[in-house]
Amino acid sequence: MSSTVTDTSTGATGAVSRALGEFYGSLRSLSAKNRRNLGIMAAVVVLFSIWAIATEGWNLFMQRVVDGVDNGFIYAAMALALVLIYKATTVVNFAQGEMAMFGTYITFVFSSDWGLPMWLSILMAMLVSALAAAGIERTLIRQFDPSNHLAITIVTLSLFLILGALAGVIWAYDGKGLPSPFPKRNETFGFLGADVEYSSVFTWITVIVTVVLVTLLLNRTKIGLAFRAVSTNLESSRLAGVHIGRTLQFGWALAAAVGTLAGSLYAPTTLLTPTFMGNLLVFSFAAATLGGLDSLGGSVLAGLLIGLIQTMAGGYVDRIGGELATATALAVIVIVLAVKPSGLFGSAKVERV
Amino acid sequence: MSRMLDVRGLHAGYGQSEVIHGVDFAVEEGEVVVILGANGAGKTTTLRAICQMISTTGTIELAGQSVVGKSTTEVVRLGVAHVPQGRGTLADLSVEDNLRVGAYVRKDDINSDIQKFYEVFPRLGERRHQLAGSLSGGEQQMLAVSRALMGRPKLLLLDEPSLGLAPLIVQDLFRRFGDINRDEGVTMLVVEQNANLALDIADRAYVLEAGEIAVSGTADELRDDDAVRKAYLGY
Repeated sequence: MSSTVTDTSTGATGAVSRALGEFYGSLRSLSAKNRRNLGIMAAVVVLFSIWAIATEGWNLFMQRVVDGVDNGFIYAAMALALVLIYKATTVVNFAQGEMAMFGTYITFVFSSDWGLPMWLSILMAMLVSALAAAGIERTLIRQFDPSNHLAITIVTLSLFLILGALAGVIWAYDGKGLPSPFPKRNETFGFLGADVEYSSVFTWITVIVTVVLVTLLLNRTKIGLAFRAVSTNLESSRLAGVHIGRTLQFGWALAAAVGTLAGSLYAPTTLLTPTFMGNLLVFSFAAATLGGLDSLGGSVLAGLLIGLIQTMAGGYVDRIGGELATATALAVIVIVLAVKPSGLFGSAKVERV
Repeated sequence: MSRMLDVRGLHAGYGQSEVIHGVDFAVEEGEVVVILGANGAGKTTTLRAICQMISTTGTIELAGQSVVGKSTTEVVRLGVAHVPQGRGTLADLSVEDNLRVGAYVRKDDINSDIQKFYEVFPRLGERRHQLAGSLSGGEQQMLAVSRALMGRPKLLLLDEPSLGLAPLIVQDLFRRFGDINRDEGVTMLVVEQNANLALDIADRAYVLEAGEIAVSGTADELRDDDAVRKAYLGY
């Protein structure tokens, strides 16, 4: 019998290895030009690393790599949320950061006010955000035809302002501390000369697991299939009997849950305020753009890359420092849009008619 | 034979401009009916009206059930499959996922149907894991028809399936349409500019001119009609 029948009946390990296989396959299917671009990038990275190690030593370099990866995984999680919404609406949702901020406050309410364990608070906040986003989609977004991009963009901009103000009214603007959901808080271990926090490693694992789960959800379930169909060709999906509204609602809910996760992983490294997502959002937009806006795996790799670029630029280039590092992300957005608008892994929009 | 599609006094258009001005036609169960007409005659609009993708007035009944005022999704769930002009390929999805989307409304096992279309169109089977956007135009048309049939429709609407395809491929495709109609008993309403090929597989035909039915009859009658022959068959 055909391989397709056995594929769908294999267990979770088979599914994971297939997801990895698909990811590897997408790398293999890169065109020669893409491979050359990646080759050039790899060469730049190697040369920079040698220079960096030579000037300030191995340990500092490794520490910056670890810090960069650390930031990168958080960017990747938020970029994943941005990509999901982009696929669902083909507009960038400006309110995505504020939705994640709001979700993180809900985590805060569950953990601080209700006294629930952090991990449970995050899971419950993800659920609440998903339901809230589904409600927002139903009441505000579905009024408009999905092809009416301008109207939807304006709605997301208004949401951005409303949610920001609302959070300020409810929780005020003083910073709230959110504890890490992981054990061994503030404990570190040595790794190749760098100090790595245990909670960082747990964060990395959480993000990787989330990406794998979302990928499986999109590639192995019927609603996932509908989601991919709608994001590729709205009209044909409608003609196949797909419930467009419900499918896009699913995308909004999923993106909101992932956004709340990203915010709740990010908050323990800083202070929770109504504007705390601003910085993260800039880097995540950069990652999503670099990754091609419609590629899940691409946005994760791009998130790591942006994290490394930011840390390295801030660390090794004297005048950039911490503050100007944000500008490096903006520089990446501009350069990517100018040189390769479809990003490193995005699908170039070519249609055969 | 019972009546699959009954259209009476259909008016349809886009915004203020009406394109279809009171059209009557019918498709019996098991038939292949062709609508011929020049560019701008309203052929595509007629198909879009049946699927309620545009607002319409008049009567459209599918197996006795009115569809006017329903959503496109509801009409599809009543058993209408529409292959749009330009084939409507889900370009970023694999060939197999395209077929799965076609069966979205079904709840039973679809794997045997997927295998069936891989046998009918071996090219699709060879390319099952390829992105549909990378297929040739002819392969995309095969995929579009297979995708539409995956939903086990009662009525298949085909909008200019020959558009942009090489003559040999078009001939092969129309032969397949004839086979599918005969073997599977799928009722078809085909809109086409390539009148010769379309009349070969058709039982009956209508000629649409400027939003009105100008001529109608069996395929043979239309082939013998001097005006139709001059205008659409070119001899």
